[in-house]
Amino acid sequence: MIMKQRKLVTVVIEAGLARRLEGDLRAAGAKGFTSTLAHGAGPRDQRASEVDGGNVRVESVVSNEVLEVILEKLEKDYFPFYAISCWVSQVEVVRDERY
Amino acid sequence: MSGLEIALANLTSAPVLAFVLGILATVVKSDLRLPDAVYQTLSIYLLLGIGIKGGVALSNSSPAEVALPLLGALILGAVIPAVAFFALGFMTKLDAINRGALAAHYGSTSLVTFTAGVLFLESLQLYVEGYVSTLLAVLEIPGIIVGLALASRGLKRKVSWSESMREVLTGKSILLLVGGVLMGLTMGASGYSQIEGFFGALFPGVLTLFLLELGIVAGKRIRDIKKGGIGLVVFAVTFPLIAGSFGVLTGHLAGMSVGGSAALGIIAASASYIAAPAAVRLALPEASPGVYLSASLGITFPFNLTVGIPAMLAISQRMEGVF
Repeated sequence: MIMKQRKLVTVVIEAGLARRLEGDLRAAGAKGFTSTLAHGAGPRDQRASEVDGGNVRVESVVSNEVLEVILEKLEKDYFPFYAISCWVSQVEVVRDERY
Repeated sequence: MSGLEIALANLTSAPVLAFVLGILATVVKSDLRLPDAVYQTLSIYLLLGIGIKGGVALSNSSPAEVALPLLGALILGAVIPAVAFFALGFMTKLDAINRGALAAHYGSTSLVTFTAGVLFLESLQLYVEGYVSTLLAVLEIPGIIVGLALASRGLKRKVSWSESMREVLTGKSILLLVGGVLMGLTMGASGYSQIEGFFGALFPGVLTLFLLELGIVAGKRIRDIKKGGIGLVVFAVTFPLIAGSFGVLTGHLAGMSVGGSAALGIIAASASYIAAPAAVRLALPEASPGVYLSASLGITFPFNLTVGIPAMLAISQRMEGVF
């Protein structure tokens, strides 16, 4: 089976921001995403959602071009302010037109 | 009952004791937590239950009886955050953004403080007008709007109003409170009698469980208090008394009973730690949660639960007869 290279971007963010982030991923060109509840701790612990919700882990498989847009958006509007962690991994997919 | 007896009765009530146990759990670094799904379920139960009971009571009240208290609540909703904003300017070195964020929290309300207060008043056999939970819903929103508007004066960019307002209006607090009031209005006393066993008799027990969890969350916040400085601590304990006194006064002026006025005072004294943080986080990312959550959840909430609630009753009893 032929596999194509894509990028998996994983963002862990305080729950109150998850809906905004999912909207921004879509706007950047991501065709879909998966969100799951998560809990953990970061170096800064700057959060407002301790009472309600904890963290959400949002994952999306995207092309290199879309990844660039997403990372720029995160760098500008998210990283300076919120409890957020983000990493990118190389993945291989079948049905590459979906991503 | 003397003031001291009232204070003691409040301190030894089950919800307050559970709250203290929760704080103790954090002191000894216990890993005790309610599972998230249980916490969410309990909060839905409390919000809907308060809404429904308020709605049923509203269906028995005449519009003329409710009009003045409603107007009073709206005025409180605009005045309290403005006073908080300017008082913080004198008492702390915080910038306009953080003062606005705090104003949004203190202008908005805490359902749990209110619920614990009403249960306490009712345990003393005091009459509390049923429509006060409608006033709670009314007071939840304006404080956030005024606080954000004041904070936006310190910003060089525009505030994302639409997103924050959608968060407030479609968040579960308002949806369940207002939805519950409408349900209660529609079903009336006869409809309520069918669910009374679940939403009435079990209510104090569920609140007790909920406060155990809030004690754990507040206990973690208490450690952050020093970040805000002594001025913020003084604000977090004196402002509820000032805002609460406004509330009690408004209740009496609007013709409410001693218990009802005390309940409105408790609403005015309380600071939000669920709806307001969510809205402020979206609209004012520059504001520090370490400041506003520590103040509202770490100081004011325990203060109101232990001192503020009986204090509002005492003030209301003093004002009785003056008006």
